Formats: sequence, C-alpha cells, structure tokens
Amino acid sequence: MLERLLEVNNLEVSFKTYGGEVQAVRDVSFHVDKGEILAIVGESGSGKSVTVQSIMGLIPTPPGKIKNGEVLLEGQDLLKLSKRDMQKVKGSKISMVFQDPMTSLNPTMKVGKQIAESITTHQNIKGQEAKENAIDMIRRVGISNPAERYEQYPHEFSGGMRQRIMIAIALACHPKVLLADEPTTALDVTIQAQVLDLMKNLKDEMDTSIILITHDLGVVAETAERVAVMYGGMIVETAPVNELFNNPKHPYTWGLLESIPDIDAEDKKRLVPIEGAPPDLFSPPKGCPFAPRCKYAMDVCVEEMPPAFSIKDGHDAKCWLNDSRSPALKELVAAGRQFS
Amino acid sequence: MYIVKRILIMLLTIWVIASLTFLIMKFIPGDPFASDADVLPEEVLQNIRAKYNLDEPIAVQYVLYMKDLVTFDLGFSIQSETRSVNSIIADGAPASALLGLQALVIALALGLLLGIVAALNHNKVLDYASMFIAIIGISVPSFILAPLLIKYFAVEWGMLPVASWGTWQHSILPTLALAATPLAVIARFMRSSMLEVTNQNYIKTADAKGLSKTKLVIRHGIRNAILPVISFIGPLFVSLITGTFVIEKIFAIPGIGRYFVDSIFNRDYPVIMGTTIFFSVLLVLTLFIIDISYRYIDPRIKLTSGGE
Repeated sequence: MLERLLEVNNLEVSFKTYGGEVQAVRDVSFHVDKGEILAIVGESGSGKSVTVQSIMGLIPTPPGKIKNGEVLLEGQDLLKLSKRDMQKVKGSKISMVFQDPMTSLNPTMKVGKQIAESITTHQNIKGQEAKENAIDMIRRVGISNPAERYEQYPHEFSGGMRQRIMIAIALACHPKVLLADEPTTALDVTIQAQVLDLMKNLKDEMDTSIILITHDLGVVAETAERVAVMYGGMIVETAPVNELFNNPKHPYTWGLLESIPDIDAEDKKRLVPIEGAPPDLFSPPKGCPFAPRCKYAMDVCVEEMPPAFSIKDGHDAKCWLNDSRSPALKELVAAGRQFS
Repeated sequence: MYIVKRILIMLLTIWVIASLTFLIMKFIPGDPFASDADVLPEEVLQNIRAKYNLDEPIAVQYVLYMKDLVTFDLGFSIQSETRSVNSIIADGAPASALLGLQALVIALALGLLLGIVAALNHNKVLDYASMFIAIIGISVPSFILAPLLIKYFAVEWGMLPVASWGTWQHSILPTLALAATPLAVIARFMRSSMLEVTNQNYIKTADAKGLSKTKLVIRHGIRNAILPVISFIGPLFVSLITGTFVIEKIFAIPGIGRYFVDSIFNRDYPVIMGTTIFFSVLLVLTLFIIDISYRYIDPRIKLTSGGE
C-alpha cells in the first residue's frame, strides 16, 4: 500500500469581486502518494492554480476565501495552522515552482542568495555553509559553473536557466511535496523537455512527490503517473495516466484528447475544438458544469450534479454516462482517436 | 570610459547654462548703475562702466568672462565691491547646504516611511491617513506653510525661534517647510511603487519560501520598490534648491539663495553668473552621482558609453 502524503478533501475556494462571488474551486478532493507525480489538467480558469495556491496558503485573503475543506499533509491540516506555523511548512515541507520564470525571481538579489535564503529560513544552517548548499543545488539542477552562477543576478540567466533556479529554490530544503504550476508553459519545447526531465530526476533523488499543473496533455503523458482532470472548478475525472489515455470516461476528457493535433494524420484534418465556453463561476450550474457543451448531455445532466462513479480502482469519473441506467454510446474516444 | 564621457558632457552642460544665463542676463533692461544715473555725472558713470568692461560689446564681455571662469575666478560683486563672488558663495553655502541636506534627509526618510506604511495597509485607515498627509503636503506651497509654522510653533506656542540662523533649533522650521512638498511627493511615489512590487511574481516566490512578513517586505519589497524613487532624487534636489530661495528669504537665513535673488534685482552681473553656475554644477554633480549609484543599486544596469 502506498503511503498517502497529501490529501485534499472537499476544498472550496471563492473570490469576492464587484460582480459577485466567484466560486473558483468547488468541492475538490484528491490525494498524492509518496513519490508520485500527480498531474492536474484543465483549461484556463478551471481552478487548477487556485487549488494548489490554496494548499500553499498563497491565496490573497481578501478577496479570496477558503470556505470549506481540509488539506492534510501527513495527517496535519494545513488550513488550520496559524500564519507562523504555516511559514514553517511553506518552503520546507511544501514548495512551489511558478509558471513564469522571467518574473518569478527577485531582480535585485543574487540568485544564489535567493536559494540560500530558503535554506537559512528553514534549516539551522548559516553563512558559508548555506552558500555551499546553495551552490550544490545550482549544480544539481544542471547549471555549470555553479560557484560563479551563485554570484549572478536573474537577468544574466535565460528563461530555462531561471526555471532551473526556481526548481533549486523549491527543492533546497528537500520538501515532501513540490507544487509545479505550469512550470514549462513559458519555455520553448526543447527546454520544456529538459526541465521536465530534471524535475523527474530530482523527484527520484530526493523522494519528493510532485503535483504538476498543466494544460498540456503531452506533458502529462510524459511525466505524470496519475491525472486529475479539472473543469469548472471541479475534478471531473481521476485516473492513472495510461487508463486516462486508453479508457477515458468523461466527455470533457474525450474533448481534450480529441483536440490534440495528430502529427501522423495523413490528410491535414482541422483541429477538433470543444465547442462552447466554460461555465460562469459567478453562478455555477446546479448540474454537471460541462453539460451545456457536452454532445452526450441528457436531461439529468442539467438537473443534478453527477456523483463520482468508480470505473475501476483509482479511476473515477463524474459523469452520468457511467450510470448503469444511461444508454450505451456508439462512438468511443480514446487517446484522441475515434473508435466505432 | 563611461565616466570620462560623462564628465565631458557635464562640462558642456555647464558651459551651455553659463552662456545662456549670460545672454539672458544682458537682455534684462537696465544695469547695475541705473539707480545712480540721476545722481552721478555722465563721465563718472562711463568710467565705472569701463571698469567692469560694460562698455565693451557683449561678445567681448562674454569672452572676458569665460576667460576668468576657466580659472575659477568669478569676479567681484558690483554691489559690494570688497567681496569676491567666490567669498559670497563660500559664506552662504554652509547654511544653504545644511538646510538643503536636512530637508533632503527628512523628505526621503519620512516620505519613504509614509509610502511604505500606506502600501502595507492598502485601503485601510493608515493608508488613507498617510495619503491625506501627502495630499496636504503637495497642495500647500512652502511659502504658505512657512508662515503657518512660524505663527504656531514660534509665535503662539513659543517652542522655536521665529527666524534667523544660528543654533539647530533655528533650522527646524525652515527644514520642515522646505521638506513638506518633496516628502509628500516621495510618499505617494513610494506607495504606488510598493503596491506594484507587492503584486509581482517574485513576491509570491518569496512568500512561498516561508519568509516572515518583515523579511519579505524588507528584502524583496522595499529593495525593488525604492529603485524608481531614487531616480526621483534628481528633480527633488532641484525643487529643494529653488525652494531654499523662498525659505531663506522668509526665515532670513544667510544662505546663497538670498544673494541669488537680490543679485537679480540689483543687476549684479558677476553674482548672478556666479551663483547660477554654482547651482548648475551642484545639480549636474548630483545627477551624475545618482547615475553612478544606480549601478550599485540595480544590478541590471551596466554603465557603458553607448549601445554596447
């Protein structure tokens, strides 16, 4: 049995705006096991970033508010911790890598210092020793001349290098969980692969779990072990990565898979989009959030929120189609191809 | 290389200022002896004018002045013949400099503090209170603030001397009057800069490291927010210098500002030129120092002599 490291239960996060209350995350539950990479996939505005930022306590309050739920790290509820206690957890037990490496480093501080700062904050290491540890981290994220690089400022690094530094900062205290919020979105493709490999390798070396947020299914296939698909502030499907690609059970997942461009296609097909727009989170629908865009929608979908149907062990999908009473579908989708 | 180039440009700037001032000054109607014209016979006046080369064509006067200037000889005051312009500046500079520097320090220290406090309490009482003070500071000119300060602190409550110069108590009111506006401007500037920095991604990164609020604000917030404010010290310095003219007059402080103003009324040509050049040199030097210091404050800036 795998060890449960982080468990998020019934998380609800809202933001107060002039237009009303945005329910960004609605009843989200998931878990991460020790040493596992969980990918959270979804389109912009689906609540992925808000979910992980809530775990880190980075939601600005106000306007944000965590209305319900618990975030258990090794059984301890992080949402109940005082600010001071949470500071001790942030950066040491859980740390985070952000999307845009170009703006995520302090431009007036030497990168080495930014790594060392993380070390001195959480470990009883000072001065020269902290510096050596930081230099070691720079080396471990695959940057040559680490001692010289320590003394440099962020503007002397390229985007990919900066993201490596961000990873070094995040992993400097050997955290149990690394939250990576679209870490490769701002990088070009070749660098993406390098950074993903680096994260995977360091994860194994340091025995860290990773929650990887992305909207790139290619990244998911390459990196993750388990996937949670988010839509309209909810997790609509969770499955091991192979199961998700081979046996998806939610029409939104089908749509995502279908929309992947196929490099081997003989005739140049048009890309297949998911028609329609995501739900209005000011007043989310009482039924399935995807129902208005779903070509398989039934009456029940609009009326009632589907429960999580267990497809098999570790594979859940919130879709009424998985109810035994629903009609069987003729077209099935797997890994972006239609089968009949 | 950069520094050599900068120094050459500075000299050029000062030359241009000196030349323009010289020209404009000669266009002001009248001359230093206009008020004596009724009393003195024409021959005497001519002799006096000849003594100061005022009978020569302007171009010749200009060349003669520039010749003296390169040897740092600013000539003698026409109004008080015994005093050289150099000695007038030397007499007045300490009081002006003390007043200006005190005001600069207070404007910077309190302005930054006020701005930071306001930003950290964004949209809360302290923010509104700080900005209320700042708005007053910006909208009340120093020549109004100064008499008000004198009325209450000196006349009504008798806490501080009314005017003049001597002990440090004498310098308090003029410093406050002079510092108020720049202080307010800096406070507003720092507040908006700080608010902008607070929304930057690197603050989120630092927060995610688990830093305490104090370290977060000092190491990551203020350090970055202060950069645009530093570039504001140049213009601030200018406003302080022009401010001293008024403040020195109101408080009867024996600084250079007074001589500068009086010399214009008296058409005391050497003093006009001397004080103007003195202030320009001061200003150009300040801007130079700020540019150089930027190199040390913002690592992204490298000083080069061109597009390298």
